[in-house]
Amino acid sequence: MRIPDAALGRLIASQHRRERWFRVLAASAVVFALLVLVVFLADVFADGVPRLNWQFLTSFPSRKPEQAGILAALAGSVYLVILTAALAVPLGIGAAVYLEEYARDNFFTRLIEVNIANLAGVPSIIYGILGLELFVRFMVLERSLIAGALTMALLILPIVILASREALRAVPKSLREASYALGATRWQTTRHHVLPLALPGMLTGIILALSRAIGETAPLIMLGALTYVAFLPTGLKSPFTALPIQIFNWVSRPQAEFAINAAAGIVVLLIILLSMNAIAIWLRNKYQRKYQW
Amino acid sequence: MKLGERAVQGFLAFCGALSIFTTIGIVAVLLFESLQFFRHVPVWQFLTDREWSPLFLEKHFGIAPLLLGTLLTTLIAVVVALPLGLLSAIFLAEYASPRVRGVVKPVMEILAGVPTVVYGYFALLFVTPVLQKIVPGLQGFNALSPGIVMGIMILPMVASLSEDAIYAVPQSLRDAAYALGSSKFQVALKVMIPAAFSGITASVILAVSRAIGETMIVAIAAGQQPVLTANPLVPVETMTAYIVQVSLGDTPYGTLEYQTIFVVGLSLFALTFILNLVSHRLKRKFYERYA
Repeated sequence: MRIPDAALGRLIASQHRRERWFRVLAASAVVFALLVLVVFLADVFADGVPRLNWQFLTSFPSRKPEQAGILAALAGSVYLVILTAALAVPLGIGAAVYLEEYARDNFFTRLIEVNIANLAGVPSIIYGILGLELFVRFMVLERSLIAGALTMALLILPIVILASREALRAVPKSLREASYALGATRWQTTRHHVLPLALPGMLTGIILALSRAIGETAPLIMLGALTYVAFLPTGLKSPFTALPIQIFNWVSRPQAEFAINAAAGIVVLLIILLSMNAIAIWLRNKYQRKYQW
Repeated sequence: MKLGERAVQGFLAFCGALSIFTTIGIVAVLLFESLQFFRHVPVWQFLTDREWSPLFLEKHFGIAPLLLGTLLTTLIAVVVALPLGLLSAIFLAEYASPRVRGVVKPVMEILAGVPTVVYGYFALLFVTPVLQKIVPGLQGFNALSPGIVMGIMILPMVASLSEDAIYAVPQSLRDAAYALGSSKFQVALKVMIPAAFSGITASVILAVSRAIGETMIVAIAAGQQPVLTANPLVPVETMTAYIVQVSLGDTPYGTLEYQTIFVVGLSLFALTFILNLVSHRLKRKFYERYA
């Protein structure tokens, strides 16, 4: 069968039209997503930035919105993330090294792998429930900084492990074999050759995991961090509050002035997170160029 | 083997096993407290009662309203995220130049990295007021606005995982379609999406699981009224929001009210666990097929 030229032309033209529309449609989905981000950020910055001042950063919470500040929350978040890192980083890297460098492919190893993948998908509030029962009640740590850090460490552990494994996998096998050939033990090889090369990659993943810990709210609410805290943490067993908790507290209040405080708190939180992300990306780019094999 | 080497290996194995202890801990805690709960409330009542009012004088313990609230917000989120996420994935995989991809993907990652409490703020104080101007009868707390915002939250996940799936489809399939004279539109819609279907489904299921477990957005903007309704304009309560509500109050340890957070937590855990498992399976099969 032969299609007349005119009909064929029309067919092709309509094809082209559809093609153009589809491209516009697909592109507009992306544009929409990016636009939403811009609108949200513009909204929160417009509300929050005028409220940002030295008083806001250095004051404790208050019933009067104009006197309230985020000092306790900021300090709490800093302590929390340092403690969480101190717990999760060695354990996470340890687990990753075990799985990549030591473990044989047996039932136990596969169980751990499936389990880590599953844990990464458990809702954060469930970790809060675990922390509440295990650390707050059972280990009698009360509603303390260390209970919060332990919970957060368990929460980000799967992310740290997954990121660290990826970094370890990027180190070429030939390096390990060279080391073994010279008579090095498994641990010597890992410590002196594999880990130093994998570290920058790990660091990137770890920073991203920690930025997740800084933004998490639900587990800390479960642990009971939402209390009026007008002091800085004094030790591991000190009660505490954190930046997202303080923001949640302010958002939940009906007065518009508190909403402005919440916006200002969000601006601070986002600046912290964006700078952590920037550092992570910078690290990635820097070392990607340096070591290539 | 030297003693030091053994000690190191022991420690590393412990680190690996820690994840198993975590899972055991979660399941044990949820089951232990839930069993206490089910001593007082029969399981069938928990599953069939149409009311949830553990904090009232006349107590009812039916999970249905919380479940429906959760499914309602999740459904709205998927309705937002699925078309936008899929179109974004097609755009990134088939249309975008490397330079555009290099800009769009990191920005999408930022969208995924915004803390949920911040999304909650947007839902309550930005999206709801805007929607109230368009949708008559929309209340201050509702399922619609947090659902939409949740959709935006899971959008990057749907987009990125779907794009991976489309990318994994062998180039030969694409080439064959082009060789037969197909347009990009036809290749994307009639070749790539069907070929990547199970991979895309896996990403959507994972996103659904994320939406079901999402807490802060709904706790802030959806309200605290466990009612059996599919109306997105009125306040509802999700499972996660209920858990937050109870832990914000002064519920004494060991009471039936205290135990409700564990039984709701167990339901939540079971639901997300099954979805994650299904998604994982689908994904593995999908990538095996094209490997």
